[in-house]
Amino acid sequence: MTKLETSLLDLLQEDCRLPLEKLAVMTGATLEEVAGAIDGMEKRHIILRYSPMINWDLTDRERVEAMIEVRVTPQRDMGFDAVARRIYRFDEVKSVYLMSGSYDLLVLVQARTLKELASFVASKLSPLEMVTGTATSFVLKRYKEEGVVFENEDTDRRLVISP
Amino acid sequence: MNYDRYLNPRIASVPPSGIRRFFDLASTRKNAISLGVGEPDFKTPYMIRNAAINSLVDGETQYTANRGLPELRQEIGLYLKGRYQLSYDWNSQILVTIGASEAIDLALRALVSDGDEVLVPDPSYVSYAPGVVFAGGTPVPVTTYQKDDFRLTAESLEKAITPRSKLLILPYPNNPTGAIMEKHDLEQIARVVEKHDLFVISDEIYSELIYDGHVHVSFAALEGMYPRTITINGFSKAFAMTGWRVGYACAAEEIIAVMNKIHQYAIMCAPRQGQVAAQAALRQGRENGYESVLTMRDSYDRRRRLMVNAFRQMGLECFEPYGAFYVFPSIRCTGLSSEEFCSLLLQEKDVAAVPGTAFGPSGEGNIRCCYATAIDKINIALDRMADFVSKHT
Repeated sequence: MTKLETSLLDLLQEDCRLPLEKLAVMTGATLEEVAGAIDGMEKRHIILRYSPMINWDLTDRERVEAMIEVRVTPQRDMGFDAVARRIYRFDEVKSVYLMSGSYDLLVLVQARTLKELASFVASKLSPLEMVTGTATSFVLKRYKEEGVVFENEDTDRRLVISP
Repeated sequence: MNYDRYLNPRIASVPPSGIRRFFDLASTRKNAISLGVGEPDFKTPYMIRNAAINSLVDGETQYTANRGLPELRQEIGLYLKGRYQLSYDWNSQILVTIGASEAIDLALRALVSDGDEVLVPDPSYVSYAPGVVFAGGTPVPVTTYQKDDFRLTAESLEKAITPRSKLLILPYPNNPTGAIMEKHDLEQIARVVEKHDLFVISDEIYSELIYDGHVHVSFAALEGMYPRTITINGFSKAFAMTGWRVGYACAAEEIIAVMNKIHQYAIMCAPRQGQVAAQAALRQGRENGYESVLTMRDSYDRRRRLMVNAFRQMGLECFEPYGAFYVFPSIRCTGLSSEEFCSLLLQEKDVAAVPGTAFGPSGEGNIRCCYATAIDKINIALDRMADFVSKHT
């Protein structure tokens, strides 16, 4: 990674709508260098997509989230990867992580209703032959995600003018 | 009751702060975007805050030594040695104060006698000249110019020196201009200082905020300057710790002893939790290569470039400020005075900046804009200023 790439990631992670011209000014690079660096990071799958951070709790969309601890039997030659792939292909699954500790995979699931989520666990996840056990915990409230605090607490407490 | 008879005329002679007046004006505009702040927009890193929390939980609520916690002074000694090649004995040459502000006040009161002249680069931070008057001295402004990137030149300094000159204040990186002094600039000043046997207060509070490959040089690190310099620094800017109020002064043992005499009678000691937090800041920095400082600096640098570029595009003449977190563009092309420009900008566009004249008469024609503000807010403020400038030119 070059210094320019690191700087661009810092800036884009905070606001991916910053125009190329401003990114160039702020990093002290030319427009071409910035465009090239971003393009390169997209091609190398360092930047995967540009999406906003949404607080769904403030919308009228119904949404249930759960974290499911999954114990599985790893497969010969494939380890956990094959199981993980089987699981992440379901649309309900937002994230899958291989974990150290008392279970193997952590699966973040999202559905519209409790019933839909229960049905996912009962009829899609648990029946997979390599899944040996699940423990589902529902998300009650989100406080902070990806470094962003969801409560509206971050007001600027500085004096308007100071020496 | 008429209080004039009771009030000290020397204090009364100092006019109220230009900042204060503008603060009152800006405070009435609830939706204004402020480029008028003089502090970081970061919060103190949590590790540092946590050190103070733990200290309170552990019941550390007592006075500290007058000069500050020994562990903190030892860390300051290591920090100055490691970062700026300055060797100060932690026990006899370092004094922990309530912000760099107290250190400046102590230094002036320790050195200035009635009638002494103190050379103060102009424009500069608002406290120096009043501090000199309070101490019984006469502040002598030394004009710095945009054509010199607001650096202090040996030539201007020489012109301002009289037989009464005793002290020079060197505030670099500079608030409000963002100017820095490089090694060769300082060496020329050192020659004048030596020739006229001046003493120097070097206020280096912005020493960590320096950009684009430039490095901070401590005045006391120059040959021959160590014995005649009081080095002042603190935690407010580098570690985003303004509200903690912790700074320090370092100098020859004899000087620190006199400053400590005033400090022990007037203050007793800097608040303990601030000192604990400051110690944590330096220890953590020493262990991880000042990671949080460098992250903040990178972030300031990007916003600095954004702002300088925008002012130049508006047609405002703007020298490249390599230090602190201020840009000091010239607004002369609008035909407005600094005061008029800032007042109208606030009324018409809800953007607050500080007139350069708040920092001395040589600030006329410029305004101070702070870039320690969120990028989205800076962008909105700059768009509004561009409208404003095009309307008024």
